[in-house]
Amino acid sequence: MRASLFITCYNDTLFPETGRAVVRLLERLGVELEFNPQQTCCGQMHANTGFRREAFAQAKRFIRLYRDAETVVAPSSSCVAMMRDQYPGLIEELGDDALRKEFEALLPRVYELSELLVDQLGVEDVGSYFPHRVAYHASCHGVRALHLGERPYRLLAKVRGLELVPIPNADRCCGFGGTFSVKNAEVSSAMLAAKLQDVVSTRAEYCTALDNSCLMHLGGALHRQYVGMKTIHLAEILASSEADNERFPVEAIR
Amino acid sequence: MSSVDSNRVVLDPRFAPPFPQGALLVLRNPQLRKNVAHAIDVIQTKRDKLVAEKTDWQALRTAASAVREHVLANLGEYLVQFEERCTAAGGIVHWAADAAEARSVILDLLRQENANEVIKIKTMTSAEIQLNPFLETNGINVFETDLAEIILQLGEEEPSHIVVPALHVNRSQVREIFARRMGLKNLSDDPQELTNAARKYLRQKFLTIPTAIGGANSLIAETGSVAVVESEGNGRMCLTLPRTLITLAGIEKVIPRFQDLEVMLQLLARSATGERMNPYTSLWTGVLPGDGPQKFHVVLLDNGRSSILAKPKQRQTLKCIRCAACMNACPVYRQTGGHAYGSVYPGPIGAILTPQLMNMEHAQSLPFASSLCGACYEVCPVKINIPEVLLELRSQVVNQEREQASRIFDPLYLGLRIANFLFSSAGRFHTAQGLGRIGAHLFTRKDGWIHSLPGVGAKWTQTRDLRGLPPQYFHEWWAARRKEAK
Repeated sequence: MRASLFITCYNDTLFPETGRAVVRLLERLGVELEFNPQQTCCGQMHANTGFRREAFAQAKRFIRLYRDAETVVAPSSSCVAMMRDQYPGLIEELGDDALRKEFEALLPRVYELSELLVDQLGVEDVGSYFPHRVAYHASCHGVRALHLGERPYRLLAKVRGLELVPIPNADRCCGFGGTFSVKNAEVSSAMLAAKLQDVVSTRAEYCTALDNSCLMHLGGALHRQYVGMKTIHLAEILASSEADNERFPVEAIR
Repeated sequence: MSSVDSNRVVLDPRFAPPFPQGALLVLRNPQLRKNVAHAIDVIQTKRDKLVAEKTDWQALRTAASAVREHVLANLGEYLVQFEERCTAAGGIVHWAADAAEARSVILDLLRQENANEVIKIKTMTSAEIQLNPFLETNGINVFETDLAEIILQLGEEEPSHIVVPALHVNRSQVREIFARRMGLKNLSDDPQELTNAARKYLRQKFLTIPTAIGGANSLIAETGSVAVVESEGNGRMCLTLPRTLITLAGIEKVIPRFQDLEVMLQLLARSATGERMNPYTSLWTGVLPGDGPQKFHVVLLDNGRSSILAKPKQRQTLKCIRCAACMNACPVYRQTGGHAYGSVYPGPIGAILTPQLMNMEHAQSLPFASSLCGACYEVCPVKINIPEVLLELRSQVVNQEREQASRIFDPLYLGLRIANFLFSSAGRFHTAQGLGRIGAHLFTRKDGWIHSLPGVGAKWTQTRDLRGLPPQYFHEWWAARRKEAK
């Protein structure tokens, strides 16, 4: 399989280790990867904050950049959800028929990482080794927009050495919500405090998810409060193996 | 009705503080937050259990959504049909374009009855038009009969939920209010004893006041009937004992057929209170000589609804059946309770309904009072895509504000404009990343983390750290790797 990587703007800037892990993981599974350096953002931040005019521009740009890709994979549920839930409405409003046709042809080939692994590659055991106690945070977009369901749990169940612990009230939002976290900083922090109680109660070493946005929120508070727990994208867990010398735990000590 | 005391709860969108400010008062109130979380947990647990036992839940939602959409697409016809059938059965139908008209229609009706006292069934629509203070100002004493409404009325509290309006008040606070206002010094906080106190207080009102005001859960076009569901039996008392009954209902409350209640009632009780069936369902059609109220008025209220109806993307807001499942499921409401929303309609549905009822001239902070987690849409029994409407309203607010001079240097507006400029070209984006690395370096501590940022960034760092920017962005790593491979 040939797949084009949509790394997303914030993973490129803030979490390059997630992108590297996706590359390591997918290449290990025999996927031929390409990366278009022209990519920037899907437009989610603008669309969710009410800047629809700007979101149009990003959506258009994304579609034009990826229309010829065989398969697109993104390690972010919320960006994929943006394309599935919001692009159709944006394009309809634009009234650009040619763009709509391009988009409709492209959308079925865009996958979130766990969808690509489980549904397209048909793998659950990706040969990973991660000997740690791990809590999985089911992000809102993964659960309610993409309906990822059991996919991430099935992948985690096959990781050697990994002990998976459930987070109570798993489907409750962490309070990030993009610009919500600064526009309503206090309410967002109250939601985060409630989520942290549930996350910390697992006594896990790592909290993982398929969205670095939630993890940035949770991780920022875990770090602030000196909680002995780290956040790690699921791709990095799946990319880890006994043979790996670029394992996240080593890199994280900085 | 003015915002004199900044600590006073104001549920009028014209005067209420913006949501983030309104929320602050609640966030620092441990008792209120505990009361809200506890009450929601109780309802949610019951709701989830009863929804899980319904194997046809999704089919019911689809059916209810279709009924409501059909009604909205043909609202005019069904309202006229309701008026005809209700009138034929001896009811009198009044039309009110806005809150002021509805209030004056109701006041005129009460004056015709020479009423100086009136009993009330809990009705959100009357709170929407601020009926009680208006009637009190005009010399009519209003007595709420729903237990929670009595607590609020006697305690001079504001409602914080549309189904359980006193959910923020706990048992010991109820005891205090009743003891003080009913003159019962030795009252304990035993629920039975509190209920008995309310019962005694209410009996006297039911038996002596011959005029009642209520709302409607459904208006049935086919038969001209009205349906009211409730839990305590106070509604049944108000609907049967008085001589005169005035029903105030939003125009969207109409359903086509009697049979449609079958779908609506199954969803409503489970979604609202976590019950298979609500304890009291009252249905009546016009006036029946010798039985029940002999004068029956229905006031049909528009108050902004037809303008919502005219907007295709927002119309779904009017599908709402006021079950409150969205606020019970909402992680924002869970932290803030209802008062933060500055409206009688709080929670996710309030965040979309309130600004629309205000014609987008007030409550512009409400569409932003959501993390867009989607829990509201998931539980909504009539499938209102609340996040979709939130986004539509956000875009309208931004369009209102973006040209205002005061927003040109607003950090968020400026930031998003700059971000758009950068995202429009990879070259610009990468240059900004490079400059960002230099800038971030100033704030990054030795541990590699940013603990404090200035300006809008402080909104983040007030409770969370931020990892410093990496030495190599992903696209740089990819480029270096490609070069190495060659």
